[in-house]
Order: sequence, then C-alpha cells, then structure tokens
Amino acid sequence: MAVAADLRYSESHEWVRVVGDLATVGITDHAQAELGDIVYVELPEAGRVLAKDATFGAVESVKAVSDLYSPLTGLVEETNTELGDQTELVNQDPYGRGWMIRVRMQNLAELDSLMDASAYAALVDEPVK
Amino acid sequence: MTDDSSRRTPLYSAHVELGARMVPFAGWEMPVQYAGILEEARAVRSGAGIFDISHMGRVRVSGPGAEAFLDYLTPNDIRGLAPGCAHYSLLTNNHGGIIDDIIVYRVSSHEFYLVINAGNAEKDLAWLRANHGKDVVLADETTSTAMIALQGPAAVQMLSSLAATDVWSSSRFTFGTTRLGDLEVLYCRTGYTGEDGFELVMSADAALEVWGKLLAAGAVPCGLGARDALRIEAGYPLYGHEIGEDTNPVEAGLMWVVKLDKGDFVGRSSILEVVESGPSRRLVGLRLSERIVPRQGYNLFSGAEVVGTVTSGVFSPVRGVGLGMAYLQPPFHRKGSLVDVDVRGRRHQAIVVPKKDLISD
Repeated sequence: MAVAADLRYSESHEWVRVVGDLATVGITDHAQAELGDIVYVELPEAGRVLAKDATFGAVESVKAVSDLYSPLTGLVEETNTELGDQTELVNQDPYGRGWMIRVRMQNLAELDSLMDASAYAALVDEPVK
Repeated sequence: MTDDSSRRTPLYSAHVELGARMVPFAGWEMPVQYAGILEEARAVRSGAGIFDISHMGRVRVSGPGAEAFLDYLTPNDIRGLAPGCAHYSLLTNNHGGIIDDIIVYRVSSHEFYLVINAGNAEKDLAWLRANHGKDVVLADETTSTAMIALQGPAAVQMLSSLAATDVWSSSRFTFGTTRLGDLEVLYCRTGYTGEDGFELVMSADAALEVWGKLLAAGAVPCGLGARDALRIEAGYPLYGHEIGEDTNPVEAGLMWVVKLDKGDFVGRSSILEVVESGPSRRLVGLRLSERIVPRQGYNLFSGAEVVGTVTSGVFSPVRGVGLGMAYLQPPFHRKGSLVDVDVRGRRHQAIVVPKKDLISD
C-alpha cells in the first residue's frame, strides 16, 4: 500500500487531485486494502451539488458497506461509469482508473483543510510514493 | 482490535506467515482473508481450499446413557445413526427455538462426537452439562485438537494422494481415521461450502504439519470471509443470522432434521404446534440481478408493505450478483416471488429462489 505524493487527503480516506478548480476524488490505497474486494460503487448523478463532508455515495466490499464523503464543496461534473461493472478498478488502481467523481470546486480555500501526502502517510502509517 | 482474552488456534503462526488479515471472531483470533475473499471463494469452487476451523467446539459424549441423552436433546434420529456416520442436527430449547446447529458423529454404540459453533460453545456445554445424567461423560476436546476443512472439487483427490488409506470411496456424512505420513487424522466427508470435501480433526500438535502438507499439495488457504460467502451461496444457515433461540426449525426450513415421530425430545411439542398452525414466516433464498448486496437487517418490500427481512447477504463470487437469505411472510416466500430490497433508500428487485438453488440454476 502507498500514499501518492501529489494528492490531498481527507480523514475519511478520500483523495483529491486538483487541476485548476476541477477536483478528481477517489478512495486511497489504504482504504481499498482495508475494505477488501470491492463489489459495488454507488455514485451521485452528475449535476448534483455536494457540500463538504456530505455523503456522496457508498462502496460495498464483500463484507461491509462504507459511505463516501465529499472532501470539498462543489458541483459533480462527471462520475466514473467504468465502476458500474469493473469495481475491481478501485482495488487495482485506486489513484488512477479507480477514480470516482470530478467536482467543480466552489470554495478553493477548503483545500487547506485537507492533508498533504506526508500528513496522510503518517495517519495511516504507510510510505509516500 | 484484539483483546487479551482472545484465543489462538494451533495454526495461528501459519496464518500470520501467509499474510492473513486476523480478526476477532467468537473469542478467537481468526484469519478473515489471505489473498482476497473473491479469489479464495473461486478457488474452492474450481479446485480446493483449506480453512482453519479449529475455533469450532468439539465435544466427546460417551457412556451407557449417551444415546438416550442425545436422543432427547437433539431432534434428529440419533438411534438410527450408525457408527462411522454423522448427521446434521440441532440443539433445541423448550420452546422449540434453536440453541445451536451441530454435527453429530457416532463413534460407537456408546460414544458420540459433537461439532458445535465457536460462538455458542460455552452456552452449549452449559446446556449439555445441565441436562445429562450420571451415565454420560462429556469431554471438551476443543483445545487439545485442531480442525481443518478441505473443500472443493479437487479436495477428494488431494486427500487421497496424501492419505495412507482409501478416503476416496467414503460417502457423504461418513467418517474414519487415516494417516498423512505419520500423522493420524479423522476425516469426515462434510463441509460448509456446497462443495465436496472433508473436515479433518487432528491433535493440536499435528495441525501445522497437516496444514503444510495440504498447502504443498496445492490447496488455497481460505479465511472466514470466503467461508461465509460460500455458505451463503450454498444456502446454509448460520447461527445468529438465519437461526437462533427465537427461530424455530419449521420457519428455518430445517424440518428434515426434526423427527417428530421418534418420541419425545426437547422442544417437540412447541415445534408440533408451529407445524399445525403454520409458520408466520419462511426462510428463503434471495437473488438480485445486479451487484447490489442485500445485507442482514435490510427490509424487504412488496409495494409499500414490509414483508420480510434479510438475514445474510453477499456478493456472489460465482454469479457476480448479490445473493442472500431472508425471512418472508407467506405468500411472498414462494419460489419466483418478486420483492424489493431497500438499499440506502433505493429499491432493487430480488427474486425468491430455493436456498439450495441460489447459484445452481
């Protein structure tokens, strides 16, 4: 398991990759490993406005269900439709093809409340790569 | 996660060495998965898997009164069970509720061996001790022995290749002893996966060596997660989910182990009453056509009306959809009925199927 160097992280184990005011959100390598085989990902419709820390969906592993929390306030522009039948992408490539939603941020200052890679790495006791 | 009181099986070091994720379960520290639940479950459906089930309780019941004692405490036909044979049975309470589900082995005319659920072991032993007479001896052999399930279409061939005697021609629910090298092993043609295979009992100090021989022969180590997924696919009940002290064998679909005509036994009159009045709910299999997993406690709807509750559910590694079991009130328990599962406020349609057909049709 590893923490990606160029991302921001929430305490509920979501990651955020920011380009301009567009944020891509997924769950961390640590989170997918804790959950085990992911078998279902429930994501919001594009066009929904999410408040920071609001539930935006859920991931189900064989054993458990976990809510997904939006790390930022913004408008959902796109969701990863590949996760409809290829949920294993979240396990195999959590920081890449396992991404979940793209959010047009409404408050860039919220980024400051998220952890950087070294802080998240310390939280989960895993190396930064 | 692990408190100081949790117990370790003789195979603990093997699990750690294999990189298992260990979790507390029924007072034991057990492997929930090694490579991953789906991969392990598929290995059992296509080849052979091994499970450490040493946490299950093992109790020897012997003495001249053993048969009469078990005949009264369990509803199945103990007197008709031949030496070398085993059967699935229950411990029922005075209200016809299920204290535990168990496997009973008949060793000889005056000697039996019980395999009981880990989470119920203390309660079961207390119940057995409170009800037996002077001519019955109970011996808890859980700690002195270990138990490994070898399951899958390749299981019989695998054990045959290792065993000193013929195990191939054994029938379902029979047992015997054999040797793997110089290790004595009791083998029983039983399991909890829906596949052919064996459950093996050996002395605690032989466990690591037996486990190692099976691994070397190609068996895939499987944890409690795969075990649960496989037993749900097979439609087998689990105490605390489908059965418990507040469920009776009629609604649980377990009347095939209840012999009402064998004479009196604990709970018989209560069970008879339910048979005569008809149960208010029935345990069924439930299958979705999508990757939605019905989970224990989820309500089942017909229109706006709640008509049942999910008892267990899993993403089926074999079928790639959500499967489960549920109690449904009549007439919704009928094969082919359609009910809705409420998952996070959204309805998903499920079809009622016989438990044994969850993955087979």
